[in-house]
Amino acid sequence: MNRAFVLAPVWAWLLLFVAAPVAITVALAFGTSTPGVPPYTPLLHEPDGANFAVLVADFYYGSAAVQSLILATAASALCLLIGYPMALAIARAPERWRSLLLLLVMLPFWTGFLLRVTAWIGLLRDGGWLDAALGLVGIGAPHLLYTRWAMAIGVTYAYLPFMILPLYARLSKQDPALEDAAADLGAGQWTVLRTVTWPLSWPGVVAGLALVFIPAMGEYVIPELLGGPAAQTLGRALWNEFFTNRDWPMAAALATALLAALLGPILYFRRSAA
Amino acid sequence: MRRGLNVWLILGYAFLYVPVILLVATSFNPSRLTTVLTGFSWRWYAALWANEKLIAAAWLSLRIAALSATGAAVLGTAAGLALARFGSFAGRRVFGGLIAARLVLPDVLVGLSLLLLFVQLEAWVGWPAGRGALTITLAHISVSLAYVAVVIEARLADAGTELEQAAMDLGASPLKAFWFVTAPLLAPAIVSGWLLAFTLSLDDLVVATFVSGPGASTLPIVVFSALRLGVTPELNALATVILAVVTVALGSAWALQRRRG
Repeated sequence: MNRAFVLAPVWAWLLLFVAAPVAITVALAFGTSTPGVPPYTPLLHEPDGANFAVLVADFYYGSAAVQSLILATAASALCLLIGYPMALAIARAPERWRSLLLLLVMLPFWTGFLLRVTAWIGLLRDGGWLDAALGLVGIGAPHLLYTRWAMAIGVTYAYLPFMILPLYARLSKQDPALEDAAADLGAGQWTVLRTVTWPLSWPGVVAGLALVFIPAMGEYVIPELLGGPAAQTLGRALWNEFFTNRDWPMAAALATALLAALLGPILYFRRSAA
Repeated sequence: MRRGLNVWLILGYAFLYVPVILLVATSFNPSRLTTVLTGFSWRWYAALWANEKLIAAAWLSLRIAALSATGAAVLGTAAGLALARFGSFAGRRVFGGLIAARLVLPDVLVGLSLLLLFVQLEAWVGWPAGRGALTITLAHISVSLAYVAVVIEARLADAGTELEQAAMDLGASPLKAFWFVTAPLLAPAIVSGWLLAFTLSLDDLVVATFVSGPGASTLPIVVFSALRLGVTPELNALATVILAVVTVALGSAWALQRRRG
């Protein structure tokens, strides 16, 4: 088969719809906003770093970066904590059940992201389902909705399948004989987990963490629905810059800064997991 | 430990399913209040059926999802094939890097950068004229093709090259070996890649909002603007309908695969 025939369309698509948009965004980040269509001065016409100066000087953007970092870190940690034992349990289940158990992980993912996140409003709000359930056992209302906790729970919930799938892929390929050998040589269950299973699954852990952390850094919908007005994350800041302030170059500068910050994690993900 | 893992697995499923179950339960609740269950009614399903705006948006979303999933399946299969089978071709690292980047980049970044591309392309070459269903479809293809590529690459890496080698040793041309050996092996992966791309497209709010224009409101865009005014049981009814369709489709696919395998 002619390789060029397969490669050429994909290359063309990747360059036009992945590389070029990023290049235009970076170029626009050095531009200036003007009233008109499109609402900015021609690209690379007298570029300056004024937008980035604002990004650094204005406390709002720094605080948004910190909020996003806390949210993405908490959600990745929670996903790993919940997802690793689940992936391990599925990978060690009898073979004929595995595909069904995996399907059950994916099924909620196919029911509409927006509505699944919204279901958490009914669960977490004051007087909601969680309050009712806690009231039955005599615990007071925790007031979770529109807090950082609500956001972290929402992101964990939405991204959990992306943690479980790469972990499962890795764990199910491990040779069970290695764990058996360690056990035969006298290692306890926790020692086997710590010294054999966990290190061998590391590439899956990295892939799972990257698939949660990197997109969560720019998450817009969950902070908007569950975070309340105080939750000004990077995703919301960018959205507001673009849709509310209609300052496209400023939105592009924010996007460029976010991309630069994520470049390290993306390259690490690419090297160790792909 | 075995038992501890299984208990954890059940708790994990509870975390995943409790919101879904509550959502389904409230959709059959006659009251507008979503936290008090008072009885059983089809009221919200009738309201959903009568909501023409929502139905039109769902129809547009389904068409965009089918089209973009098909485009992503073709390009993603080619990309996965290149990554798994072409060894080291010129620019392979950049090629793989662009795909990996598209896999993880936050939606707001993808949406903004694609919108800027469409605006600039229109200014430079006059295509695509304006924004709407076409630009949403193009954007969704470029996001989903990365997911399809990963699924295909994983499948090819698992399958090994022995069968293709054997076919070629027996005199098949590479094209023939691909068509009669590799393609049938890949068929289930292409189907699951297509389904994944279809779902991603159907579910996407952020990228679609950036690249859509007046008159092209997909289902998530309409649902999101309705959500800002408050959750209505009508939307829960919609989620229940989607869930029922998906469960039946996936359940029968699983049963079919199990009977064959």
